[in-house]
Amino acid sequence: MSSLWASFLEPFGYQFFVKGLLVATMAGFLCGLLGVYIILRGMSYIGHGLSHAVFGGFAASSVISFNYYVGAGIWGLASALAINRVSRSRRIGADAAIGVITTASFALGIALLSLYGNRGPSFDAALFGSIIGVADTDVWVVAGVTVFTLVVVFGRYRALLFSTFDPEVADVSGVRVARTDALLMLVLSLAILATLNIIGVTLVAATLVIPAVVARMLTDSFSRMLWISSITGAAGGFLGMNLSYHLNVPSGTMIVLVDAAAFCLVLMVSGGRSLRATANLDEYVDPTSILRAQPAPSRNAR
Amino acid sequence: MNAARPRPPAALVTLQDVGFGYDRHPVLDGVTLRVETGAFTGVVGPSGSGKTSLLRILLGTAAPQRGQVAIRPGLRVAYVPQLETVNWNFPVTVAECVLMSRPQGIRWPWASPRERVEVHDTLDRLGIADLARRHIRELSGGQQQRMFLARALLRRPELMLLDEPTSGVDVRTRHEVLHLLGDLNEDGLSIVLTTHDLNGVAAHLPHLVALRTRVIAAGHPDEVIRPDVLEATFGADMEVLAHAGMPIVVEGHHRGARTA
Repeated sequence: MSSLWASFLEPFGYQFFVKGLLVATMAGFLCGLLGVYIILRGMSYIGHGLSHAVFGGFAASSVISFNYYVGAGIWGLASALAINRVSRSRRIGADAAIGVITTASFALGIALLSLYGNRGPSFDAALFGSIIGVADTDVWVVAGVTVFTLVVVFGRYRALLFSTFDPEVADVSGVRVARTDALLMLVLSLAILATLNIIGVTLVAATLVIPAVVARMLTDSFSRMLWISSITGAAGGFLGMNLSYHLNVPSGTMIVLVDAAAFCLVLMVSGGRSLRATANLDEYVDPTSILRAQPAPSRNAR
Repeated sequence: MNAARPRPPAALVTLQDVGFGYDRHPVLDGVTLRVETGAFTGVVGPSGSGKTSLLRILLGTAAPQRGQVAIRPGLRVAYVPQLETVNWNFPVTVAECVLMSRPQGIRWPWASPRERVEVHDTLDRLGIADLARRHIRELSGGQQQRMFLARALLRRPELMLLDEPTSGVDVRTRHEVLHLLGDLNEDGLSIVLTTHDLNGVAAHLPHLVALRTRVIAAGHPDEVIRPDVLEATFGADMEVLAHAGMPIVVEGHHRGARTA
């Protein structure tokens, strides 16, 4: 027993592991928190798409030796805005817009790295996550984004909840829905960017979705769902990172597998009844559809 | 000395020759309408007649392509959506849902003691105070409508707009909702609602507007629920019978339908 405990404690002697563990736990918490809004808005695909878009920025920044966070951040935000603009054209739906813009961005990233080689963070780490090479900057960036996200979620709690539940009524009740959605997009882009190294492009969507789905299966209350999802995500990050070290498997992979195990556990304990709670989670009225339904504004007519 | 003339009731919203549409397809054309203080108006018309677009223009969320819309400055408007448009599986309790109508500014997620009292009093007024901690899926149709009315009332509105408030509910719930709206109107709330239910809802309201892209007729139910107006509005042959002083609409015979 003591040898098992010693084996568990052994990696805590390495600074790189402690930093990785800290970042993974915060990343899990962050993705779990944001994931609640993502799944209730039927935006799971946006999380997946944005992570791929950010990868294009990661590659471009690497090629021109530009700061990774700034380059990939600008790229990610530009992609989010482009998705928004294309999807408002009425001819192309949001899902198709995400499919076109983000996969093209991802393909461009791979092409750039293949042509010019990688001069920045590891390619594999960006795809699947890694506990090696977590710098002090990464810790501070994830901590900063987590604090900023908490401020946004606490400070705009009701506006975010209302615009998620019923954007049309929220709009006429004093919520600036478009601005609230843009704020959520900004926070989501920052979260994906900050957690990319530790979780990886291909897996970050799962850390957004699985803890939130687990939380939805366990509660009918929005506020409880927020903290259950955050804690599930943080626990997944902590356990996944430890398993990643001991099993020598990429960190993102293990974090997602731990989250998936939590999902299976809740499913088994509830006997499948809790799955009903997750039905129709994507029944969200896209506020852009209301905006699209309006003709060109002519405010002077009022 | 001239006797002072009684002033006409103040208009909350005035529409003058309003036109609105999507992709060159006109939804509203030449609509002129006044929503007076104390109004209790029902807008009737078939699907696609422009009822919801009219509500959006009254709300100020859609701008007309032609004409003038004058909304009284500072007017507090609340909107109650159709029950069918809501995701009832959304993880939110009745109290959480009602509290959403206080979203302005930076507030703490939890309700202040004053807000808690306000939410309780509003739910109590609508007879659902004991359901505050229930999940919204666990409510009946009538209770769901009361919850949305509570959410709207928490905004202390002067004008309440309701989109098909009795759609998809049973007869008893429809009576409950209409009585409740009548009480709120007597308390001074101006109300505009849309409905396609002529006998169950429209005939019970004091003022109707028949809409089919244009305003076909407006006024007391006796002036609107008439065969010629209904045919022009719904494009179908309808008969109007009188029962206990109220008009009853009966669909005309369908061509080819069994008559024996």
